[in-house]
Amino acid sequence: MSRGEARGRVPGWGGGHSGRRGRGRRRPCCHGDAGLSICRGFQTEKDSLHSLTVSTMIHSLFLINSSGDIFLEKHWKSVVSRSVCDYFFEAQERATEAENVPPVIPTPHHYLLSVYRHKIFFVAVIQTEVPPLFVIEFLHRVVDTFQDYFGVCSEPVIKDNVVVVYEVLEEMLDNGFPLATESNILKELIKPPTILRTVVNTITGSTNVGDQLPTGQLSVVPWRRTGVKYTNNEAYFDVIEEIDAIIDKSGSTITAEIQGVIDACVKLTGMPDLTLSFMNPRLLDDVSFHPCVRFKRWESERILSFIPPDGNFRLLSYHVSAQNLVAIPVYVKHNISFRDSSSLGRFEITVGPKQTMGKTIEGVTVTSQLPRGVLNMSLVPSQGAHTFDPVTKMLSWDVGKINPQKLPSLKGTMSLQAGASKPDENPTINLQFKIQQLAISGLKVNRLDMYGEKYKPFKGIKYMTKAGKFQVRT
Amino acid sequence: MQRFLQLPGAAVRPGGREADQEAASPVLAPEGGAPPWYQALQPEELRWLQAPEEDTTPEESLEGPCPEPGQGQSQSQPLRHDDLKAMLDTNKDSLKLEAMKRIVAMIARGKNASDLFPAVVKNVACKNIEVKKLVYVYLVRYAEEQQDLALLSISTFQRGLKDPNQLIRASALRVLSSIRVPIIVPIMMLAIKEAASDMSPYVRKTAAHAIPKLYSLDSDQKDQLIEVIEKLLADKTTLVAGSVVMAFEEVCPERIDLIHKNYRKLCNLLIDVEEWGQVVIISMLTRYARTQFLSPTQNESLLEENSEKAFYGSEEDEAKGPGSEEAASTALPTRKPYVMDPDHRLLLRNTKPLLQSRSAAVVMAVAQLYFHLAPKAEVGVIAKALVRLLRSHSEVQYVVLQNVATMSIKRRVSTGPRPALVVQQGMFEPYLKSFYIRSTDPTQIKILKLEVLTNLANETNIPTVLREFQTYIRSMDKDFVAATIQAIGRCATNIGRVRDTCLNGLVQLLSNRDELVVAESVVVIKKLLQMQPAQHGEIIKHLAKLTDNIQVPMARASILWLIGEYCEHVPRIAPDVLRKMAKSFTAEEDIVKLQVINLAAKLYLTNSKQTKLLTQYVLSLAKYDQNYDIRDRARFTRQLIVPSEQGGALSRHAKKLFLAPKPAPVLESSFKDRDHFQLGSLSHLLNAKATGYQELPDWPEEAPDPSVRNVEVPEWTKCSNREKRKEKEKPFYSDSEGESGPTESADSDPESESESESKSSSESGSGESSSESDNEDQEEDEEKGRSSESEQSEEEGKKKKMKKRKKVPEGQEGGSSSDEGSDSSSSSSESEMTSETEEEQVEPASWRKKTPPSSKSAPAAKEVSLLDLEDFTPPSVQPVSPPTVVSTSLAADLEGLTLTDSPLVPSLLSPVSGAGRQELLHRVAGEGLAVDYTFSRQPFSGDPHMVSVHIHFSNSSDTPIKGLHVGTPKLPPGISIQEFPEIESLAPGESTTVVMGINFCDSTQAANFQLCTQTRQFYVSIQPPVGELMAPVFLSENEFKKEQAKLTGMNEITEKLTLPDTCRSDHIVVQKVTATANLGRVPCGTSDEYRFAGRTLTSGSLVLLTLDARPTGAAQLTVNSEKMVIGTMLVKDVVQALTQ
Repeated sequence: MSRGEARGRVPGWGGGHSGRRGRGRRRPCCHGDAGLSICRGFQTEKDSLHSLTVSTMIHSLFLINSSGDIFLEKHWKSVVSRSVCDYFFEAQERATEAENVPPVIPTPHHYLLSVYRHKIFFVAVIQTEVPPLFVIEFLHRVVDTFQDYFGVCSEPVIKDNVVVVYEVLEEMLDNGFPLATESNILKELIKPPTILRTVVNTITGSTNVGDQLPTGQLSVVPWRRTGVKYTNNEAYFDVIEEIDAIIDKSGSTITAEIQGVIDACVKLTGMPDLTLSFMNPRLLDDVSFHPCVRFKRWESERILSFIPPDGNFRLLSYHVSAQNLVAIPVYVKHNISFRDSSSLGRFEITVGPKQTMGKTIEGVTVTSQLPRGVLNMSLVPSQGAHTFDPVTKMLSWDVGKINPQKLPSLKGTMSLQAGASKPDENPTINLQFKIQQLAISGLKVNRLDMYGEKYKPFKGIKYMTKAGKFQVRT
Repeated sequence: MQRFLQLPGAAVRPGGREADQEAASPVLAPEGGAPPWYQALQPEELRWLQAPEEDTTPEESLEGPCPEPGQGQSQSQPLRHDDLKAMLDTNKDSLKLEAMKRIVAMIARGKNASDLFPAVVKNVACKNIEVKKLVYVYLVRYAEEQQDLALLSISTFQRGLKDPNQLIRASALRVLSSIRVPIIVPIMMLAIKEAASDMSPYVRKTAAHAIPKLYSLDSDQKDQLIEVIEKLLADKTTLVAGSVVMAFEEVCPERIDLIHKNYRKLCNLLIDVEEWGQVVIISMLTRYARTQFLSPTQNESLLEENSEKAFYGSEEDEAKGPGSEEAASTALPTRKPYVMDPDHRLLLRNTKPLLQSRSAAVVMAVAQLYFHLAPKAEVGVIAKALVRLLRSHSEVQYVVLQNVATMSIKRRVSTGPRPALVVQQGMFEPYLKSFYIRSTDPTQIKILKLEVLTNLANETNIPTVLREFQTYIRSMDKDFVAATIQAIGRCATNIGRVRDTCLNGLVQLLSNRDELVVAESVVVIKKLLQMQPAQHGEIIKHLAKLTDNIQVPMARASILWLIGEYCEHVPRIAPDVLRKMAKSFTAEEDIVKLQVINLAAKLYLTNSKQTKLLTQYVLSLAKYDQNYDIRDRARFTRQLIVPSEQGGALSRHAKKLFLAPKPAPVLESSFKDRDHFQLGSLSHLLNAKATGYQELPDWPEEAPDPSVRNVEVPEWTKCSNREKRKEKEKPFYSDSEGESGPTESADSDPESESESESKSSSESGSGESSSESDNEDQEEDEEKGRSSESEQSEEEGKKKKMKKRKKVPEGQEGGSSSDEGSDSSSSSSESEMTSETEEEQVEPASWRKKTPPSSKSAPAAKEVSLLDLEDFTPPSVQPVSPPTVVSTSLAADLEGLTLTDSPLVPSLLSPVSGAGRQELLHRVAGEGLAVDYTFSRQPFSGDPHMVSVHIHFSNSSDTPIKGLHVGTPKLPPGISIQEFPEIESLAPGESTTVVMGINFCDSTQAANFQLCTQTRQFYVSIQPPVGELMAPVFLSENEFKKEQAKLTGMNEITEKLTLPDTCRSDHIVVQKVTATANLGRVPCGTSDEYRFAGRTLTSGSLVLLTLDARPTGAAQLTVNSEKMVIGTMLVKDVVQALTQ
């Protein structure tokens, strides 16, 4: 099928397949003709081996770092040449910013679906019609799994653990169709590397691959492995709410929503059956569950009943969009003005608490993208530290805690390009903050009960409110 | 094989190997192989050899080897990877592992490791599980290129396929099927077939995965593979379902007929399938539903006006010509009112909870299913879930927004006089604010959100939307600003009211400092002005002044076009503009030049005095332009407007040609035509047909036979005419259940609909469907047990039904007052039988032949019963235990009958109403309102656990009673009430009947509640006789005995009694028992024994009743039930009824 691509190879280019390729050399050919592209690796020619019928969902996966190197490739069927990524690089160049690369790029013979996370592009190659969200969701699941395995998902980490990565990918997809995507099962198949295990492995020569066969896949609760044992049985739940809001110039709320999640860390022996009930379940009218939650029980009784997966998982996420329910905990007073005549502008921001239910607001950070006309800023913060990057025009101010008696403020002047007219745009101010021990929507967990096991677990609930996409327009 | 087996020996020999392998490998030496480029590879390969150590360590940074110039090319190739080979050849697992790790790392980096194949493949039987795994990885990657050598590994997998451990079997099959070597196709086929009937569902799942692999390797195997798919589709485990449907979609998506039998099962399993499987199944079922059910919107189109109808026609298929639409509209009125197929409803109901899934793909799949299949009124439920996805990763947002944009489009009927808005338009409106744009959104997301906002804008929310747009214009992202201006233009064209506001806003933008903003505004203003040019002379003048400053070609061209088009509005400025443009003509862009020519021509035609020379100057300049388009245009224009000697015929009409009124452009969304692609598909996203995209089929005109989905139905019953049956059902249900029957219309409230649906599907489906749809609230395993149970007992059940029919009249004769519900149901069942004479005529005939003695009376009796219910005297035939030979053939013959009657099964089972009418409220106490109730013994439509109670109101006062409803009930724990819909008004002298459901929770506690009218409240209570707390079940004799054996000891209650003389005939005994308790008759071998079985409604515990009656009159009554209280009370009641 992709003979065109395969034969596009120009003699003499063969020498250029060292691992590293700079941006400049990336597009040595024109893509005008369908399927004609220069191959850069020596896999290209194998393309010609493609079987005639194409039937697979996800064909290949390429991992590409921000400088444009393909540092890992995995094929679940015949090999697709790396050169297919040229189309991706082309789109990337056109998009200027990483986040603007279209998630779906059609090429003459393939479709490239990509997600961008942790400064890595995960590019899946598909050949036939498949719901795009299916692939995108899967790629995100891959990233989540890596994160789960290695703590962070970054290029060096993936390179260091390339064998584990490969094994995990092998288990996650079979012939391009997802097979085992639950991290519990995967961890049973392939143990995540830990420092201790790495040391032990080097000494004893033992391996990361589970020597027992995975049984989780066979059980009726595929998300939980059997025979879990802990000496300290504990179940922790974190109720984390993020406020997304747009506040307009005058300080009134344009839109505000709460996006909440309940993340759980459950380390319980055996097969516990948990029920979690809320004081005010009516708040949760728009929810999505981990597959372990019994939906019918929720429908009829508004109780979360589930056999938890082992370890960390997201039990539930919910959405409160009714605006009157959303309290806005902070306000920002701002005075940003450019004068037409002078090359100086005034800049003044004050942050203060609004509806905080008596809790302190911590970890406040203010960032703002200033117009291109601003050359530099000289500002004095009443607390915290600020930086301004004259290249990206990004101002960020790390405020810290807000003391209601002495409101933090940042005042000073902006120097503008001399002679140029004043910028039209007003910068928007993005806010980050945290409030401990508060769920801003008022959601409260009533009780947690455990059935099915005899011991008494240690239980804990933590609440936290954070800023999500919190924006103030000026 | 022999040959291959010898290979490795040769292969490890360093000398000869290389050549061997190159010859064998199609990669290294493709046909017509190009040695030059292969040569080109070598320096690199050699460099590799220089530093094999660093090169192959996985931890090494992926920089790759640095080219070191001057490295000798003469290094002997055979040395490559020798260290790895040596490691693989050792006996030490740790060394092997290390080597394999390095090799896998090479593969991961895209390096070629194919020359290690022989060394690696030897380790396929290695004991170490990780080595094995890595070898598998290697094998799957390179087997295709080294087919001969790969065959060496096959026997290992074949051995694995027979392993007692299911996981090993599965993994062997997985790797075996992943080796893409055509020679092993027969082996794979065999392995798949075996695995498909494996004990372990996990192995079967793997088999399902292997099917597409084999198919892509050799499509000739299709027929055999379809057989396997068919077999696996019948699998009842959730593990297999997703994978096999995926295989189905890959191999034979056109064989929709394979799905019929599994449709209901797939719907019911869906929620427990893993997420990826859910997506695949849902999209397959969407396609299936489109071919099997009728469009739920056709009903609406009947009700609405013609323009709407045409519109819906076009919604279904853009490509459909106007002819077909007409055909559709003429066909529609003749069509019967739309009734949703219960299976269609089943699908909608079972997918709805999946909107709550954490997986965006599942949510999207359900959303598109609802969009394509659900009635208009129900599509709205997907909006909330889709909006929720907007919080997800930006890639997810991107896809979701694309789909929302398509869904939210307002469409105009090109033919209709007024814009008809589509269903979907309104559903996202409440979420308008969720689409507001943040400055941190990536540009592509911003633009999509803008699209949605524009689509959602309407008369009411346009002020907010415009205010929002105003802030966007000040954004720093210029692409986004341009898109916003376009959006304002679209709002202005769509919503006439704000056109002037928008126009003023845009004019203000003309003084913006950013040229791009100004240019974009000009272009949009031009389009808006075209709609009402006369009023906007000022704006055109303003624009004319801008020509000096604006440099963006498109904007300049737009201004020139405007001035030319409306030169009569600006008669003084226009020539001056032309003068300026003539001066700068040579420096302009092509698009501007064309417009200058255009302007010149138009001015020449209207104002030739002032502009003649200018025009000629411009045309002369254009004549020598570099661009041939411009030269052409100049030549053409000159001929047209400047009359030559010949006086061209056209030049007389030049004015008409140039100054003809032009229709205003319509600013449309780019998502306008997207919806002919299935939403959520790749093709929809790209707005182009992707490889392998399957068009979503149109709704069929006539529904295909729905009975194909009945699982246990014998073939020949298919002939039952569904439409006819529907018709007949209606009076029956409308009598007994009000509007919540299965005849629910598509526009009724979705909530109540889905509730009632569970019922209707069980009623109008065939026998087995009742057990299937019941399972909604049951545990899955229980469901399985029941369905198999009902399967077995079906035969018995049929005999039963046959008998029951005869018993109906007996019951009525026997003096128990019949209530309307059971009356109408029994009569309708009878009338149904008449209508099915075609079938019956044949059946009874054969029956008669076989059973001469008893046959005469039986069919005769039936005929009589059909004619007159009241006068019918039951024959003294022994219906309980006909001779065994007869009974089997009879059962077989009647199978069809009963099945076509199946919607009526419940009523047939309990033809006798419970204890007659009971008073709930006396008319004196109720101030003229008299209320009675009866237990109708029909399953309650909302909840199978509820007892359905018919409440009869009659108004004997002389004023109408208004607002009859149930007030706050004070219920003991566990008891719940499904209230009846409020009766708005009851005229004097009138009476009415409603149904309410009460879940008594298997107790005889009274349900206390208030009956409220507008003025009064009455406290009433309904206490059920114990016999009404159960529903009949079918059991075979054997099953009955088996169950009875389980329920002995404490669970068995026995009572001796003497039957009075009046009560010794069979039918009276049966009638009395069934009148007392809602039980089903169980066939019995001996004539003196009567058996009945039922289940309590709430807990579903079995209640078995046996009456052993001696001819002398002495009898023994035994009740077996887990619920001892119920058992005791039941015994008491039955004894009382029998001895009375």
